[in-house]
Amino acid sequence: MEHAVAATPAWAVLAYLVAGVLFILALRGLSSPESSQAGNRNGMIGMLIAVGTTLALHPTGLPLIIGAIAIGGGIGWVIAQRIQMTAMPELVAGFHSLVGMAAVLVGCAAYLNPASFGIVDSAGAILGVSRVEMGLGVAIGAITFSGSIIAFLKLSGRMSGSPILLPGRHVLNLGVLVGILVLTGIFATDATAAAGQGPLLWIILALSFIIGVTLIIPIGGADMPVVISMLNSYSGWAAAAMGFTLQNTAMIITGALVGSSGAILSYIMCRAMNRSFISVIAGGFGADAGPAGEKGAAIQKSYKAGSADDAAFIMQNAESVIIVPGYGMAVSQAQHALREMGDLLKKEGVSVKYAIHPVAGRMPGHMNVLLAEANVPYDEVFELEDINSEFGQCDVAFVIGANDVTNPLAKTDKSSPIYGMPILDVEKAKTVLFVKRSMGGVGYAGVDNPVFYADNTMMLLADAKKMVENIVKGLNGGGH
Amino acid sequence: MDFLSILSIFVLAVFVGYYVVWSVTPALHTPLMAVTNAISSVIIVGALIAAAAGAITEGGGLSQWLGLLGVVLASINIFGGFAVTRRMLAMYKKKDKKPAASK
Repeated sequence: MEHAVAATPAWAVLAYLVAGVLFILALRGLSSPESSQAGNRNGMIGMLIAVGTTLALHPTGLPLIIGAIAIGGGIGWVIAQRIQMTAMPELVAGFHSLVGMAAVLVGCAAYLNPASFGIVDSAGAILGVSRVEMGLGVAIGAITFSGSIIAFLKLSGRMSGSPILLPGRHVLNLGVLVGILVLTGIFATDATAAAGQGPLLWIILALSFIIGVTLIIPIGGADMPVVISMLNSYSGWAAAAMGFTLQNTAMIITGALVGSSGAILSYIMCRAMNRSFISVIAGGFGADAGPAGEKGAAIQKSYKAGSADDAAFIMQNAESVIIVPGYGMAVSQAQHALREMGDLLKKEGVSVKYAIHPVAGRMPGHMNVLLAEANVPYDEVFELEDINSEFGQCDVAFVIGANDVTNPLAKTDKSSPIYGMPILDVEKAKTVLFVKRSMGGVGYAGVDNPVFYADNTMMLLADAKKMVENIVKGLNGGGH
Repeated sequence: MDFLSILSIFVLAVFVGYYVVWSVTPALHTPLMAVTNAISSVIIVGALIAAAAGAITEGGGLSQWLGLLGVVLASINIFGGFAVTRRMLAMYKKKDKKPAASK
Protein backbone atom coordinates (compact mmCIF):
# COMPACT_ATOMS: atom_id res chain seq x y z
CA MET A 1 0.00 0.00 0.00
CA GLU A 2 3.07 2.26 -0.10
CA HIS A 3 2.27 3.27 -3.65
CA ALA A 4 -0.54 5.56 -2.66
CA VAL A 5 -0.75 8.36 -5.16
CA ALA A 6 0.35 11.71 -3.89
CA ALA A 7 -1.59 14.83 -4.81
CA THR A 8 -1.64 15.25 -8.60
CA PRO A 9 1.05 17.74 -9.68
CA ALA A 10 -0.12 21.14 -10.89
CA TRP A 11 0.98 20.63 -14.51
CA ALA A 12 -1.14 17.48 -14.71
CA VAL A 13 -4.19 19.22 -13.25
CA LEU A 14 -3.79 21.91 -15.90
CA ALA A 15 -3.31 19.34 -18.65
CA TYR A 16 -6.55 17.60 -17.69
CA LEU A 17 -8.26 20.99 -17.68
CA VAL A 18 -6.97 21.68 -21.20
CA ALA A 19 -8.30 18.29 -22.28
CA GLY A 20 -11.69 19.17 -20.81
CA VAL A 21 -11.76 22.51 -22.66
CA LEU A 22 -10.84 20.78 -25.93
CA PHE A 23 -13.79 18.43 -25.44
CA ILE A 24 -16.09 21.44 -25.04
CA LEU A 25 -14.67 22.84 -28.29
CA ALA A 26 -15.26 19.48 -29.98
CA LEU A 27 -18.99 19.79 -29.30
CA ARG A 28 -19.00 23.50 -30.10
CA GLY A 29 -17.61 22.68 -33.55
CA LEU A 30 -20.76 20.74 -34.35
CA SER A 31 -22.81 23.93 -34.53
CA SER A 32 -22.19 23.90 -38.28
CA PRO A 33 -20.88 21.33 -40.77
CA GLU A 34 -18.01 23.68 -41.73
CA SER A 35 -16.49 23.80 -38.26
CA SER A 36 -17.35 20.24 -37.33
CA GLN A 37 -14.23 18.54 -38.61
CA ALA A 38 -11.96 20.92 -36.73
CA GLY A 39 -14.09 20.23 -33.68
CA ASN A 40 -13.56 16.51 -34.02
CA ARG A 41 -9.80 17.09 -34.21
CA ASN A 42 -9.98 19.09 -30.98
CA GLY A 43 -11.64 16.10 -29.39
CA MET A 44 -8.86 13.79 -30.53
CA ILE A 45 -6.17 16.15 -29.24
CA GLY A 46 -7.98 16.39 -25.92
CA MET A 47 -8.07 12.62 -25.62
CA LEU A 48 -4.39 12.38 -26.51
CA ILE A 49 -3.54 14.89 -23.77
CA ALA A 50 -5.68 13.08 -21.19
CA VAL A 51 -4.14 9.68 -21.98
CA GLY A 52 -0.60 11.05 -22.27
CA THR A 53 -0.85 12.87 -18.95
CA THR A 54 -2.15 9.77 -17.20
CA LEU A 55 0.62 7.59 -18.61
CA ALA A 56 3.24 10.17 -17.59
CA LEU A 57 1.89 10.19 -14.04
CA HIS A 58 1.73 6.40 -13.82
CA PRO A 59 4.58 5.06 -15.93
CA THR A 60 4.33 1.45 -14.76
CA GLY A 61 3.14 -1.70 -16.47
CA LEU A 62 3.49 0.09 -19.81
CA PRO A 63 3.99 -2.84 -22.21
CA LEU A 64 0.66 -4.40 -21.27
CA ILE A 65 -1.11 -1.04 -21.36
CA ILE A 66 0.20 -0.17 -24.79
CA GLY A 67 -0.79 -3.64 -25.95
CA ALA A 68 -4.31 -3.08 -24.60
CA ILE A 69 -4.59 0.29 -26.36
CA ALA A 70 -3.33 -1.26 -29.60
CA ILE A 71 -5.83 -4.13 -29.45
CA GLY A 72 -8.79 -1.90 -28.59
CA GLY A 73 -7.72 0.85 -30.96
CA GLY A 74 -7.28 -1.62 -33.82
CA ILE A 75 -10.71 -3.14 -33.26
CA GLY A 76 -12.35 0.29 -33.01
CA TRP A 77 -10.61 1.57 -36.11
CA VAL A 78 -11.64 -1.40 -38.22
CA ILE A 79 -15.24 -1.20 -37.03
CA ALA A 80 -15.36 2.52 -37.84
CA GLN A 81 -14.11 1.94 -41.39
CA ARG A 82 -16.40 -0.98 -42.17
CA ILE A 83 -19.68 0.05 -40.57
CA GLN A 84 -22.58 0.87 -42.89
CA MET A 85 -24.11 4.28 -42.31
CA THR A 86 -27.54 2.66 -41.98
CA ALA A 87 -26.16 0.64 -39.05
CA MET A 88 -25.13 3.76 -37.15
CA PRO A 89 -27.86 3.48 -34.46
CA GLU A 90 -26.79 0.02 -33.37
CA LEU A 91 -23.12 1.00 -33.57
CA VAL A 92 -23.70 3.92 -31.23
CA ALA A 93 -25.70 1.67 -28.87
CA GLY A 94 -22.86 -0.85 -28.93
CA PHE A 95 -20.30 1.86 -28.17
CA HIS A 96 -22.43 3.07 -25.27
CA SER A 97 -22.34 -0.39 -23.77
CA LEU A 98 -18.53 -0.32 -23.87
CA VAL A 99 -18.37 2.99 -21.99
CA GLY A 100 -20.74 1.52 -19.40
CA MET A 101 -18.64 -1.60 -18.99
CA ALA A 102 -15.42 0.41 -18.79
CA ALA A 103 -16.98 2.47 -15.98
CA VAL A 104 -17.93 -0.73 -14.16
CA LEU A 105 -14.40 -2.11 -14.52
CA VAL A 106 -12.81 1.11 -13.28
CA GLY A 107 -15.16 1.20 -10.30
CA CYS A 108 -14.39 -2.41 -9.39
CA ALA A 109 -10.65 -1.88 -9.82
CA ALA A 110 -10.83 1.19 -7.57
CA TYR A 111 -12.68 -0.84 -4.95
CA LEU A 112 -10.11 -3.63 -5.07
CA ASN A 113 -7.07 -1.36 -5.08
CA PRO A 114 -8.25 1.92 -3.53
CA ALA A 115 -4.81 3.14 -2.45
CA SER A 116 -3.66 3.51 -6.06
CA PHE A 117 -6.60 5.78 -6.71
CA GLY A 118 -5.81 7.93 -3.67
CA ILE A 119 -9.21 7.38 -2.09
CA VAL A 120 -8.18 5.98 1.30
CA ASP A 121 -7.81 7.73 4.65
CA SER A 122 -4.71 7.42 6.83
CA ALA A 123 -5.97 4.15 8.29
CA GLY A 124 -6.32 2.59 4.85
CA ALA A 125 -10.15 2.64 4.78
CA ILE A 126 -11.96 3.77 1.63
CA LEU A 127 -13.43 7.25 2.11
CA GLY A 128 -17.20 7.35 2.56
CA VAL A 129 -17.74 9.94 -0.16
CA SER A 130 -15.66 7.87 -2.55
CA ARG A 131 -17.82 4.85 -1.80
CA VAL A 132 -20.96 6.82 -2.72
CA GLU A 133 -19.36 7.89 -6.00
CA MET A 134 -18.09 4.37 -6.62
CA GLY A 135 -21.47 2.78 -5.92
CA LEU A 136 -23.31 5.25 -8.15
CA GLY A 137 -20.66 5.07 -10.88
CA VAL A 138 -20.74 1.29 -10.97
CA ALA A 139 -24.54 1.26 -10.90
CA ILE A 140 -24.93 3.80 -13.73
CA GLY A 141 -22.19 2.06 -15.71
CA ALA A 142 -23.88 -1.32 -15.34
CA ILE A 143 -27.31 0.06 -16.32
CA THR A 144 -25.71 1.74 -19.34
CA PHE A 145 -24.03 -1.53 -20.27
CA SER A 146 -26.96 -3.93 -20.10
CA GLY A 147 -29.47 -1.34 -21.35
CA SER A 148 -27.29 -0.56 -24.37
CA ILE A 149 -26.85 -4.26 -25.12
CA ILE A 150 -30.65 -4.62 -25.29
CA ALA A 151 -30.92 -1.47 -27.41
CA PHE A 152 -28.19 -2.83 -29.67
CA LEU A 153 -30.00 -6.16 -30.07
CA LYS A 154 -33.28 -4.42 -30.85
CA LEU A 155 -31.77 -1.93 -33.30
CA SER A 156 -29.76 -4.53 -35.18
CA GLY A 157 -32.82 -6.75 -35.52
CA ARG A 158 -31.29 -9.58 -33.47
CA MET A 159 -34.18 -9.12 -31.07
CA SER A 160 -37.74 -8.12 -31.90
CA GLY A 161 -38.31 -4.37 -31.76
CA SER A 162 -41.73 -4.82 -30.22
CA PRO A 163 -42.09 -4.12 -26.52
CA ILE A 164 -41.76 -7.00 -24.07
CA LEU A 165 -44.05 -6.32 -21.14
CA LEU A 166 -43.35 -8.11 -17.88
CA PRO A 167 -46.23 -8.18 -15.41
CA GLY A 168 -45.79 -5.65 -12.62
CA ARG A 169 -42.70 -4.21 -14.30
CA HIS A 170 -43.15 -0.70 -12.88
CA VAL A 171 -43.24 -1.97 -9.31
CA LEU A 172 -40.34 -4.30 -10.02
CA ASN A 173 -38.17 -1.61 -11.62
CA LEU A 174 -38.96 0.95 -8.97
CA GLY A 175 -38.22 -1.59 -6.24
CA VAL A 176 -34.87 -2.54 -7.74
CA LEU A 177 -33.97 1.14 -8.23
CA VAL A 178 -34.75 1.97 -4.61
CA GLY A 179 -32.84 -1.16 -3.59
CA ILE A 180 -29.75 0.05 -5.47
CA LEU A 181 -29.91 3.49 -3.80
CA VAL A 182 -30.43 2.03 -0.31
CA LEU A 183 -27.58 -0.43 -0.80
CA THR A 184 -25.32 2.40 -2.00
CA GLY A 185 -26.19 4.25 1.21
CA ILE A 186 -25.31 1.21 3.32
CA PHE A 187 -22.19 0.67 1.23
CA ALA A 188 -21.07 4.21 2.06
CA THR A 189 -21.50 3.78 5.80
CA ASP A 190 -20.62 0.12 6.31
CA ALA A 191 -17.27 -0.54 7.99
CA THR A 192 -16.67 -3.83 6.15
CA ALA A 193 -17.14 -2.07 2.82
CA ALA A 194 -14.68 0.62 3.94
CA ALA A 195 -12.08 -2.09 4.33
CA GLY A 196 -12.76 -3.16 0.77
CA GLN A 197 -14.59 -6.32 1.77
CA GLY A 198 -18.09 -7.71 1.73
CA PRO A 199 -20.50 -8.40 -1.10
CA LEU A 200 -22.35 -5.05 -1.15
CA LEU A 201 -20.75 -3.60 -4.28
CA TRP A 202 -21.25 -6.86 -6.16
CA ILE A 203 -24.94 -6.95 -5.20
CA ILE A 204 -25.34 -3.34 -6.41
CA LEU A 205 -23.60 -4.34 -9.62
CA ALA A 206 -25.82 -7.38 -10.20
CA LEU A 207 -29.03 -5.44 -9.51
CA SER A 208 -27.92 -2.69 -11.90
CA PHE A 209 -27.22 -5.16 -14.70
CA ILE A 210 -30.71 -6.59 -14.22
CA ILE A 211 -32.53 -3.26 -14.14
CA GLY A 212 -30.72 -2.14 -17.31
CA VAL A 213 -32.39 -5.05 -19.08
CA THR A 214 -35.82 -4.69 -17.52
CA LEU A 215 -35.85 -0.93 -18.21
CA ILE A 216 -35.22 -1.25 -21.94
CA ILE A 217 -37.09 -4.41 -23.01
CA PRO A 218 -40.58 -2.83 -22.71
CA ILE A 219 -39.63 0.05 -25.00
CA GLY A 220 -40.67 -0.34 -28.63
CA GLY A 221 -38.69 0.32 -31.81
CA ALA A 222 -40.20 3.72 -32.53
CA ASP A 223 -39.08 5.03 -29.15
CA MET A 224 -35.47 3.98 -29.76
CA PRO A 225 -34.31 7.55 -30.58
CA VAL A 226 -35.21 8.49 -27.00
CA VAL A 227 -33.63 5.37 -25.52
CA ILE A 228 -30.38 5.77 -27.39
CA SER A 229 -30.14 9.43 -26.34
CA MET A 230 -30.92 8.48 -22.77
CA LEU A 231 -28.21 5.83 -22.70
CA ASN A 232 -25.86 8.40 -24.20
CA SER A 233 -26.66 10.60 -21.23
CA TYR A 234 -26.13 7.75 -18.75
CA SER A 235 -22.71 6.94 -20.17
CA GLY A 236 -21.80 10.57 -19.47
CA TRP A 237 -23.05 10.48 -15.88
CA ALA A 238 -21.10 7.24 -15.33
CA ALA A 239 -17.91 8.94 -16.51
CA ALA A 240 -18.65 11.94 -14.29
CA ALA A 241 -19.17 9.73 -11.23
CA MET A 242 -15.80 8.10 -11.85
CA GLY A 243 -14.32 11.56 -12.34
CA PHE A 244 -15.47 12.46 -8.84
CA THR A 245 -13.80 9.34 -7.48
CA LEU A 246 -10.54 10.16 -9.25
CA GLN A 247 -10.90 13.92 -8.74
CA ASN A 248 -10.15 14.29 -12.42
CA THR A 249 -11.38 17.48 -14.11
CA ALA A 250 -11.20 16.08 -17.66
CA MET A 251 -13.53 13.25 -16.68
CA ILE A 252 -15.92 15.51 -14.78
CA ILE A 253 -16.18 18.08 -17.57
CA THR A 254 -16.66 15.37 -20.17
CA GLY A 255 -19.18 13.51 -18.07
CA ALA A 256 -21.21 16.67 -17.55
CA LEU A 257 -21.06 17.54 -21.27
CA VAL A 258 -22.09 14.09 -22.42
CA GLY A 259 -24.68 13.77 -19.69
CA SER A 260 -26.39 17.02 -20.62
CA SER A 261 -26.00 16.32 -24.35
CA GLY A 262 -27.86 13.02 -24.07
CA ALA A 263 -30.50 14.58 -21.84
CA ILE A 264 -31.14 17.40 -24.32
CA LEU A 265 -31.38 14.97 -27.23
CA SER A 266 -33.86 12.85 -25.26
CA TYR A 267 -35.89 15.98 -24.60
CA ILE A 268 -35.85 17.01 -28.28
CA MET A 269 -36.96 13.52 -29.31
CA CYS A 270 -39.76 13.42 -26.74
CA ARG A 271 -40.97 16.85 -27.83
CA ALA A 272 -40.97 15.74 -31.46
CA MET A 273 -43.30 12.90 -30.49
CA ASN A 274 -45.36 14.96 -28.05
CA ARG A 275 -44.70 12.37 -25.39
CA SER A 276 -43.41 12.77 -21.89
CA PHE A 277 -40.08 11.25 -20.98
CA ILE A 278 -41.82 9.24 -18.27
CA SER A 279 -44.28 7.69 -20.72
CA VAL A 280 -41.45 6.68 -23.04
CA ILE A 281 -39.49 5.12 -20.20
CA ALA A 282 -42.60 3.37 -18.93
CA GLY A 283 -42.64 1.67 -22.32
CA GLY A 284 -45.25 -0.40 -24.10
CA PHE A 285 -45.86 2.13 -26.91
CA GLY A 286 -47.15 0.42 -30.02
CA ALA A 287 -47.87 -2.80 -28.14
CA ASP A 288 -51.64 -2.42 -27.84
CA ALA A 289 -53.17 -4.32 -30.73
CA GLY A 290 -56.41 -2.31 -30.60
CA PRO A 291 -56.13 0.07 -33.56
CA ALA A 292 -54.14 -2.37 -35.67
CA GLY A 293 -56.67 -5.19 -35.31
CA GLU A 294 -59.58 -2.86 -35.93
CA LYS A 295 -58.03 -1.62 -39.13
CA GLY A 296 -57.72 -5.08 -40.63
CA ALA A 297 -61.36 -5.95 -40.19
CA ALA A 298 -63.45 -2.81 -40.42
CA ILE A 299 -61.67 -0.33 -42.62
CA GLN A 300 -61.68 -1.24 -46.30
CA LYS A 301 -61.03 2.18 -47.74
CA SER A 302 -60.01 2.62 -51.32
CA TYR A 303 -56.73 4.10 -52.35
CA LYS A 304 -55.08 4.91 -55.65
CA ALA A 305 -52.08 2.80 -56.52
CA GLY A 306 -49.60 4.02 -59.06
CA SER A 307 -46.57 2.74 -60.91
CA ALA A 308 -43.02 4.05 -61.04
CA ASP A 309 -43.66 5.49 -64.50
CA ASP A 310 -46.70 7.40 -63.23
CA ALA A 311 -44.57 8.81 -60.43
CA ALA A 312 -41.76 9.75 -62.82
CA PHE A 313 -44.25 11.51 -65.11
CA ILE A 314 -45.88 13.45 -62.28
CA MET A 315 -42.57 14.61 -60.82
CA GLN A 316 -41.08 15.54 -64.19
CA ASN A 317 -43.96 17.89 -64.77
CA ALA A 318 -43.84 19.38 -61.29
CA GLU A 319 -42.14 22.60 -60.37
CA SER A 320 -41.25 21.64 -56.86
CA VAL A 321 -40.82 18.33 -55.09
CA ILE A 322 -40.27 17.85 -51.38
CA ILE A 323 -38.87 14.47 -50.40
CA VAL A 324 -39.77 13.13 -46.94
CA PRO A 325 -37.53 10.22 -45.94
CA GLY A 326 -38.19 7.92 -43.00
CA TYR A 327 -36.97 4.72 -41.47
CA GLY A 328 -38.18 2.76 -44.52
CA MET A 329 -35.53 4.51 -46.61
CA ALA A 330 -32.82 3.39 -44.21
CA VAL A 331 -34.09 -0.20 -44.12
CA SER A 332 -34.04 -0.58 -47.87
CA GLN A 333 -30.87 1.54 -48.34
CA ALA A 334 -32.69 3.71 -50.86
CA GLN A 335 -30.72 6.92 -50.19
CA HIS A 336 -28.35 6.61 -53.17
CA ALA A 337 -31.13 5.89 -55.64
CA LEU A 338 -33.08 8.74 -54.07
CA ARG A 339 -30.25 11.19 -54.66
CA GLU A 340 -29.99 10.03 -58.26
CA MET A 341 -33.71 10.66 -58.65
CA GLY A 342 -33.26 14.13 -57.15
CA ASP A 343 -30.40 14.91 -59.55
CA LEU A 344 -32.44 13.87 -62.59
CA LEU A 345 -35.36 15.99 -61.45
CA LYS A 346 -33.09 18.97 -60.91
CA LYS A 347 -31.80 18.52 -64.46
CA GLU A 348 -35.40 18.82 -65.58
CA GLY A 349 -35.60 22.12 -63.74
CA VAL A 350 -37.59 20.82 -60.80
CA SER A 351 -36.79 22.29 -57.40
CA VAL A 352 -35.96 19.44 -55.01
CA LYS A 353 -35.81 19.72 -51.24
CA TYR A 354 -35.69 17.24 -48.41
CA ALA A 355 -37.79 17.51 -45.26
CA ILE A 356 -36.64 15.73 -42.10
CA HIS A 357 -38.75 15.06 -39.05
CA PRO A 358 -36.71 14.99 -35.81
CA VAL A 359 -37.76 11.42 -35.01
CA ALA A 360 -37.50 10.00 -38.53
CA GLY A 361 -35.27 6.96 -38.28
CA ARG A 362 -33.88 5.30 -35.22
CA MET A 363 -31.64 7.99 -33.76
CA PRO A 364 -31.39 11.78 -33.76
CA GLY A 365 -30.10 13.01 -37.12
CA HIS A 366 -30.20 9.52 -38.66
CA MET A 367 -31.74 10.67 -41.96
CA ASN A 368 -29.31 13.57 -42.32
CA VAL A 369 -26.33 11.22 -42.16
CA LEU A 370 -27.80 8.86 -44.74
CA LEU A 371 -28.55 11.71 -47.14
CA ALA A 372 -25.07 13.12 -46.58
CA GLU A 373 -23.66 9.69 -47.36
CA ALA A 374 -25.55 9.71 -50.64
CA ASN A 375 -23.97 13.11 -51.44
CA VAL A 376 -27.11 15.16 -50.95
CA PRO A 377 -25.84 18.69 -50.18
CA TYR A 378 -26.85 19.61 -46.64
CA ASP A 379 -28.31 22.95 -47.73
CA GLU A 380 -31.06 21.06 -49.57
CA VAL A 381 -32.05 19.29 -46.36
CA PHE A 382 -34.45 21.09 -44.06
CA GLU A 383 -35.80 20.59 -40.56
CA LEU A 384 -39.50 20.34 -39.82
CA GLU A 385 -40.09 23.91 -38.70
CA ASP A 386 -38.13 25.40 -41.60
CA ILE A 387 -39.97 23.63 -44.39
CA ASN A 388 -43.42 22.76 -43.09
CA SER A 389 -45.03 25.93 -44.46
CA GLU A 390 -43.80 25.09 -47.97
CA PHE A 391 -45.91 21.96 -48.47
CA GLY A 392 -48.92 24.15 -49.28
CA GLN A 393 -47.15 25.58 -52.32
CA CYS A 394 -45.33 22.49 -53.49
CA ASP A 395 -46.50 20.26 -56.32
CA VAL A 396 -45.35 16.90 -55.06
CA ALA A 397 -44.58 15.53 -51.62
CA PHE A 398 -42.59 12.34 -52.11
CA VAL A 399 -42.87 10.33 -48.89
CA ILE A 400 -40.52 7.38 -48.67
CA GLY A 401 -40.77 5.00 -45.74
CA ALA A 402 -42.20 7.53 -43.30
CA ASN A 403 -45.66 7.04 -41.85
CA ASP A 404 -46.35 8.34 -38.36
CA VAL A 405 -44.46 11.60 -38.95
CA THR A 406 -46.83 12.47 -41.83
CA ASN A 407 -50.09 11.39 -40.20
CA PRO A 408 -52.57 14.29 -39.98
CA LEU A 409 -54.53 12.43 -37.29
CA ALA A 410 -51.88 13.81 -34.95
CA LYS A 411 -53.57 17.20 -35.48
CA THR A 412 -57.21 16.17 -35.36
CA ASP A 413 -57.84 12.87 -33.57
CA LYS A 414 -57.61 13.32 -29.82
CA SER A 415 -57.93 9.58 -29.23
CA SER A 416 -54.93 8.81 -31.44
CA PRO A 417 -51.77 7.69 -29.65
CA ILE A 418 -49.81 10.19 -31.71
CA TYR A 419 -52.17 13.11 -31.05
CA GLY A 420 -50.27 16.37 -30.61
CA MET A 421 -47.13 15.16 -32.29
CA PRO A 422 -45.79 17.80 -34.71
CA ILE A 423 -45.99 16.34 -38.21
CA LEU A 424 -44.89 17.20 -41.72
CA ASP A 425 -47.95 18.57 -43.55
CA VAL A 426 -47.51 16.44 -46.67
CA GLU A 427 -51.28 16.28 -47.26
CA LYS A 428 -51.22 19.97 -48.23
CA ALA A 429 -49.11 19.30 -51.31
CA LYS A 430 -50.96 19.14 -54.65
CA THR A 431 -49.96 15.50 -55.07
CA VAL A 432 -48.62 13.09 -52.48
CA LEU A 433 -46.55 10.15 -53.71
CA PHE A 434 -46.34 7.64 -50.87
CA VAL A 435 -43.74 4.90 -51.18
CA LYS A 436 -44.63 2.02 -48.92
CA ARG A 437 -43.90 -1.67 -48.91
CA SER A 438 -47.57 -2.72 -48.67
CA MET A 439 -50.86 -1.47 -47.34
CA GLY A 440 -50.59 -3.86 -44.39
CA GLY A 441 -48.07 -2.14 -42.12
CA VAL A 442 -49.26 0.94 -40.31
CA GLY A 443 -46.09 2.37 -38.79
CA TYR A 444 -44.86 1.75 -35.30
CA ALA A 445 -47.63 3.57 -33.54
CA GLY A 446 -50.14 1.14 -35.07
CA VAL A 447 -52.21 4.02 -36.46
CA ASP A 448 -53.75 4.15 -39.91
CA ASN A 449 -52.83 7.19 -41.97
CA PRO A 450 -55.69 9.04 -43.75
CA VAL A 451 -53.18 10.39 -46.28
CA PHE A 452 -53.16 6.92 -47.90
CA TYR A 453 -56.80 7.29 -48.91
CA ALA A 454 -56.80 10.96 -49.84
CA ASP A 455 -57.79 11.96 -53.37
CA ASN A 456 -54.48 13.62 -54.05
CA THR A 457 -52.41 10.64 -52.90
CA MET A 458 -50.92 7.98 -55.10
CA MET A 459 -49.58 4.93 -53.29
CA LEU A 460 -46.39 3.44 -54.69
CA LEU A 461 -46.42 -0.01 -53.17
CA ALA A 462 -43.00 -1.66 -53.41
CA ASP A 463 -39.67 -1.90 -51.68
CA ALA A 464 -38.44 1.69 -51.38
CA LYS A 465 -35.15 1.13 -53.17
CA LYS A 466 -36.69 -0.84 -56.06
CA MET A 467 -39.40 1.76 -56.51
CA VAL A 468 -36.95 4.67 -56.58
CA GLU A 469 -34.69 2.81 -59.01
CA ASN A 470 -37.65 2.22 -61.30
CA ILE A 471 -38.61 5.88 -61.09
CA VAL A 472 -35.03 6.75 -62.05
CA LYS A 473 -35.38 4.43 -65.06
CA GLY A 474 -38.65 6.13 -65.90
CA LEU A 475 -37.03 9.55 -65.68
CA ASN A 476 -34.16 8.45 -67.89
CA GLY A 477 -36.47 6.89 -70.44
CA GLY A 478 -39.10 9.58 -70.50
CA GLY A 479 -36.79 12.61 -70.18
CA HIS A 480 -35.41 14.06 -73.39
CA MET B 1 -8.99 19.15 -4.62
CA ASP B 2 -11.81 19.09 -2.13
CA PHE B 3 -15.25 17.81 -2.94
CA LEU B 4 -16.81 21.27 -3.21
CA SER B 5 -14.39 22.55 -5.85
CA ILE B 6 -14.98 19.41 -7.88
CA LEU B 7 -18.72 19.82 -7.50
CA SER B 8 -18.41 23.44 -8.69
CA ILE B 9 -16.55 22.35 -11.83
CA PHE B 10 -19.19 19.70 -12.43
CA VAL B 11 -22.15 22.04 -12.08
CA LEU B 12 -20.57 24.69 -14.30
CA ALA B 13 -19.71 22.06 -16.90
CA VAL B 14 -23.34 20.90 -16.95
CA PHE B 15 -24.35 24.46 -17.82
CA VAL B 16 -21.66 24.77 -20.47
CA GLY B 17 -22.84 21.44 -21.90
CA TYR B 18 -26.44 22.63 -21.91
CA TYR B 19 -25.72 25.74 -23.97
CA VAL B 20 -23.16 24.14 -26.26
CA VAL B 21 -25.41 21.22 -27.12
CA TRP B 22 -28.43 23.43 -27.88
CA SER B 23 -26.27 25.22 -30.43
CA VAL B 24 -25.55 21.97 -32.28
CA THR B 25 -27.42 21.88 -35.58
CA PRO B 26 -30.01 19.05 -35.71
CA ALA B 27 -28.45 17.79 -38.95
CA LEU B 28 -25.38 16.82 -36.92
CA HIS B 29 -27.14 15.04 -34.07
CA THR B 30 -25.86 11.62 -35.12
CA PRO B 31 -22.21 12.78 -35.24
CA LEU B 32 -22.89 14.48 -31.89
CA MET B 33 -23.83 11.14 -30.38
CA ALA B 34 -20.81 9.45 -31.92
CA VAL B 35 -18.37 12.10 -30.69
CA THR B 36 -19.87 12.30 -27.18
CA ASN B 37 -19.45 8.57 -27.15
CA ALA B 38 -15.80 8.93 -28.01
CA ILE B 39 -15.07 11.62 -25.45
CA SER B 40 -16.96 9.88 -22.65
CA SER B 41 -14.31 7.19 -23.08
CA VAL B 42 -12.05 9.57 -21.19
CA ILE B 43 -12.96 7.04 -18.51
CA ILE B 44 -9.85 5.34 -19.91
CA VAL B 45 -7.94 7.57 -17.47
CA GLY B 46 -9.32 5.50 -14.60
CA ALA B 47 -8.61 2.26 -16.42
CA LEU B 48 -5.03 3.35 -17.11
CA ILE B 49 -4.46 4.17 -13.44
CA ALA B 50 -5.81 0.77 -12.42
CA ALA B 51 -3.69 -1.01 -15.00
CA ALA B 52 -0.53 0.93 -14.10
CA ALA B 53 -0.91 0.84 -10.33
CA GLY B 54 -2.01 -2.78 -10.30
CA ALA B 55 1.30 -3.73 -11.89
CA ILE B 56 3.28 -2.45 -8.90
CA THR B 57 0.88 -3.15 -6.04
CA GLU B 58 1.13 -6.39 -4.17
CA GLY B 59 -2.06 -8.35 -4.71
CA GLY B 60 -3.01 -5.84 -7.40
CA GLY B 61 -3.24 -8.50 -10.10
CA LEU B 62 -7.01 -8.55 -10.38
CA SER B 63 -7.39 -4.77 -10.43
CA GLN B 64 -4.60 -4.61 -13.01
CA TRP B 65 -6.44 -6.97 -15.34
CA LEU B 66 -9.75 -5.22 -14.78
CA GLY B 67 -7.96 -2.00 -15.67
CA LEU B 68 -6.41 -3.50 -18.80
CA LEU B 69 -9.76 -4.81 -19.95
CA GLY B 70 -11.17 -1.32 -19.32
CA VAL B 71 -8.36 0.12 -21.45
CA VAL B 72 -9.23 -2.24 -24.31
CA LEU B 73 -12.94 -1.37 -24.19
CA ALA B 74 -12.37 2.37 -23.88
CA SER B 75 -9.82 2.26 -26.72
CA ILE B 76 -12.32 0.57 -29.04
CA ASN B 77 -14.63 3.43 -28.27
CA ILE B 78 -12.07 6.21 -28.60
CA PHE B 79 -10.62 5.07 -31.93
CA GLY B 80 -13.96 3.82 -33.23
CA GLY B 81 -15.90 6.87 -32.07
CA PHE B 82 -13.55 9.55 -33.41
CA ALA B 83 -12.93 7.66 -36.66
CA VAL B 84 -16.61 7.10 -37.40
CA THR B 85 -17.39 10.74 -36.52
CA ARG B 86 -14.69 11.85 -38.94
CA ARG B 87 -16.10 9.57 -41.62
CA MET B 88 -19.57 10.98 -41.12
CA LEU B 89 -18.52 14.63 -41.01
CA ALA B 90 -16.51 14.24 -44.21
CA MET B 91 -19.76 13.35 -45.98
CA TYR B 92 -21.55 16.60 -45.21
CA LYS B 93 -21.05 18.73 -48.28
CA LYS B 94 -22.44 22.00 -49.43
CA LYS B 95 -24.07 22.59 -52.79
CA ASP B 96 -21.14 24.29 -54.47
CA LYS B 97 -19.66 22.21 -57.22
CA LYS B 98 -22.36 20.29 -58.99
CA PRO B 99 -20.67 18.50 -61.89
CA ALA B 100 -23.92 17.30 -63.47
CA ALA B 101 -25.98 20.43 -62.95
CA SER B 102 -27.43 22.15 -65.95
CA LYS B 103 -30.27 24.50 -66.50
